[in-house]
Amino acid sequence: MPSLKLTLGPLFFHWPADRLSSFYNRVADEAPVDRVHVGEVVCGKRMPFSDPAWPDIIERLERGGKEVVLSTLAAPATVRERRAVEELCADGRLVEINDITALPLRSGKPFVTGPFLNVYNEATARFLVRHGARTICPPVEISLATIGAIATACPEAEFEIFAFGRLPLALSGRCYHARLHGLHKDSCQFTCEQDPDGLAVDTLDGQSFLAINGVQTLSAQVQAVVLDPAEFAAYGVRRLRLSPHGCDMVEIARTYRELVEQRLDPDGARFLLSCLDLPGPMVDGYAWGEAGSRPPVAV
Amino acid sequence: MSGRMELVCPAGTPATLRAAVLAGADAVYCGFRDETNARNFPGLNFSPQEMAEGIRFAHGNGSKALVAINTFARAENTDLWRKAADTAAVCGADAVIAADIAVLDHMANNHPRTRLHLSVQAAAATPEAISFYAQAFGVRRVVLPRVLSVQEIAVLNRAIDVETEAFVFGGLCVMMEGRCHLSSYATGKSPNLNGVCSPPEAVSYVEDAEGTTARLAGFTIDRFGAGEPAGYPTLCKGRFTAGDKTGYLFEDPVSLNAGSMIVALKSAGVTALKIEGRQRGKGYVTEVVRAFRRAVDAAESGGDPVEIDGILAGLSEGGRQTTGAYRKTWR
Repeated sequence: MPSLKLTLGPLFFHWPADRLSSFYNRVADEAPVDRVHVGEVVCGKRMPFSDPAWPDIIERLERGGKEVVLSTLAAPATVRERRAVEELCADGRLVEINDITALPLRSGKPFVTGPFLNVYNEATARFLVRHGARTICPPVEISLATIGAIATACPEAEFEIFAFGRLPLALSGRCYHARLHGLHKDSCQFTCEQDPDGLAVDTLDGQSFLAINGVQTLSAQVQAVVLDPAEFAAYGVRRLRLSPHGCDMVEIARTYRELVEQRLDPDGARFLLSCLDLPGPMVDGYAWGEAGSRPPVAV
Repeated sequence: MSGRMELVCPAGTPATLRAAVLAGADAVYCGFRDETNARNFPGLNFSPQEMAEGIRFAHGNGSKALVAINTFARAENTDLWRKAADTAAVCGADAVIAADIAVLDHMANNHPRTRLHLSVQAAAATPEAISFYAQAFGVRRVVLPRVLSVQEIAVLNRAIDVETEAFVFGGLCVMMEGRCHLSSYATGKSPNLNGVCSPPEAVSYVEDAEGTTARLAGFTIDRFGAGEPAGYPTLCKGRFTAGDKTGYLFEDPVSLNAGSMIVALKSAGVTALKIEGRQRGKGYVTEVVRAFRRAVDAAESGGDPVEIDGILAGLSEGGRQTTGAYRKTWR
């Protein structure tokens, strides 16, 4: 059985540049992950703040032995955003595509497809492999069984599951942080920076439900797919993606590392995760073809 | 753009197809009775035989018929989508509207003479994305995501050489279509997986002394006072609390009416105007299509935008209306 690899996915939230640097420096030194995604995915307006920080972060991560992937915007729109996607696609490193905009710019060179790109079946997966897809992290709503079916029919690609973090559920042209604060997107004042894990959205009964992060809507609950490594392998999964949050991501990564190396069983891993000040309770319904908000069923 | 704008109208059933054609639709769009289309509701859509008859009726009355095969093919079951595409081509569809690369690739390889339109579910909003679909699959028209302002559409049209189609009336998704999993997060069923959003079987209304609570799979989406009509709990149109604010955080319960933008959309180079509503009945479709027929004809003969808006002022889904993203302040 080939060993499962761990990926730290792209950060969805608007963290100040100094927080980005200290976070990724610690990841470089301490987090037992094989691959680290860098770059802004959610909102191009944030890029002038984070762009100056990335070169040093990339150097530090690569010196720390991490494979660095350059993630691209999920919904590029302006000339500046499209140019940013084009520049990243020209890089010699591995690039993550999150919108079809990047496909013609990267075709023929290796890439990762992120969960914002619609890969729902083996025919689409094979098409993307012909254009250069090496790793495919499908949309969060598809089940492990479906991933397994696609992986079986498309053995050339390595399949990755969104294993940890608030689930990226939707994108909009409208900024919900701006709307909440009575502002428009074009003069948003970057209020999303106040919420390093996104801002919780509750139902009128006070039930925890969603979270907003600028133009993005996430789950309030935290996806935590925790299985025996043999079971992941049986579903064709060869990589687990951990999505960065404000909680201790090094400890999260260590927990998953122990899980995939069978030094910790799934129940033990779930218990440890629950002790790590997660931004919400754990869910894993999507993995089983159920509603994504369904909590893990005790085995 | 010099040609006349095309009015593309919804046909959820054979009866509404005939109604839309007779009310003046330049084209109707419809889907098969299964999960290959994004309005997979009980009692809607067409059998292959009804599709063939519907297309004949449209052609006999000078209208085009477009077939929507616009969900994402389910892994290991892509044959259902391929067969739907084959049937549409055999029935003489003037175009197939698709979003999934698997469906587009199948059409390009097997039915190169049938026009391909890129569904709004593909969320293609940049020249790079649209040109990719045009080059890879021969897509001739793109249905624009409802996130672009009319100024952005004008700039986009100058950068691409395929036609564009813009929604002008009906339901309004506030999220980018084809990229929204809110419904499956709550209910397990979603537009991309099942062709449904906030499905009826997940809806419940709970009444107490203070009024009615509308829930979706147990999540409270909105609450209505006693005597107030209880609306349908579409997830993104609900009331929620974030920070110290409670309200319609994503979108008010409004529908799209871009009637006042018809002239601007024409100037922006849009080829076709689309009315949403395949779930709507014959009476509604007749009324809306007739009004838009008059409005588009007035716009084509140089009518004043305010007068054109007046033609459409009587149309309402019973709630408030918005011009959506076409005006930049919506964001």
